[in-house]
Amino acid sequence: MKIKKRSFIQVMVMAFTNAYAVGFTKGKIYTGNTKLLCVPGLNCYSCPGAIGSCPIGALQAVLGARNYGFSYYVIGIMLFFGVFLGRLVCGFLCPFGWIQEVLFFPKTPKLSVPKKLDHALRYVKYGMLFVPVILLPMFATNSFGIAPPYFCQWICPAGTLEGGIPLLIWQESLRNRIGFLFYWKFAILLCVVFFSIVIYRPFCKYLCPLGAFYGMFHKYGFYRMDIDKNRCVGCKECEKSCKMGVEVTKNINSPECIRCGDCFHTCRYGAIKKGWEFSCQKVQNNTTVYPKYCKKP
Amino acid sequence: MKQKENVQYAIKYGLLVLAFCFMGIGLMREEHKVVLKKAIHICLECIGVG
Repeated sequence: MKIKKRSFIQVMVMAFTNAYAVGFTKGKIYTGNTKLLCVPGLNCYSCPGAIGSCPIGALQAVLGARNYGFSYYVIGIMLFFGVFLGRLVCGFLCPFGWIQEVLFFPKTPKLSVPKKLDHALRYVKYGMLFVPVILLPMFATNSFGIAPPYFCQWICPAGTLEGGIPLLIWQESLRNRIGFLFYWKFAILLCVVFFSIVIYRPFCKYLCPLGAFYGMFHKYGFYRMDIDKNRCVGCKECEKSCKMGVEVTKNINSPECIRCGDCFHTCRYGAIKKGWEFSCQKVQNNTTVYPKYCKKP
Repeated sequence: MKQKENVQYAIKYGLLVLAFCFMGIGLMREEHKVVLKKAIHICLECIGVG
């Protein structure tokens, strides 16, 4: 069986970001200094293997801490990933995205979400980013000026799966604290798991605040995709291959694109280009060309 | 049109510079210590028992 390059990278990233294997055998989390850095994807820092911090968890931690009204540090890191990689992070570097892909892989009946509903649900992730991740930790504080990480606490299924379940298996003291919150979060996790089997990456499409943030930089990101109109024959095979439902021929740099490259590999005419653009010049077929947004000399 | 294209090009590098500036300001405000402190302890809210 041919192993796709992207799947290989996803597994390697999953293994690297959760490299503290001892944590899984002892039910403890890593406490080293690498955790002051954020990983690009959604990977709970309470996962026993995690060697870095989840950007969404870190953002809420700083916003909800006393004396900090804004998190320059975490926003700066997220901005860097967003401008440099965009949602390439979702397609290649996000452990929770990979888990959803694995769940979708078996040949089971799949669910087709009606277009209007799908379109409306896509906006929910922006609500997730601005309300429980940013606004609530900033303003819904207690009398000490501290706020809990609302998104992690009430919604994030990655925390339940990657952190909650492994730690609860090993630590009896934590098992004794199980209550309504855990059952609520576990129910959300079960929903995400079920829908991941029948819908491609439902959490990424509809709920992920990190994907919402990264997607906002596709228009100005360094990683670009373009369609060569001279080569495109309008067969729309690229759009049929896109599991994220992107209208490739109309808006290839859509915020919904996770840069998985399926459209690129499907196009038989070589009409789709992808790659990083650091300068106005780029070389294609031994000739220097200039992207449409660059000033020609 | 050309001006718009150049603006887009400038925004790209501007955002990258802004990202590094933000990281620098955040380090000066010692926000990284808050992140580390949170990350090296089990986040009870994240795992659903807090």
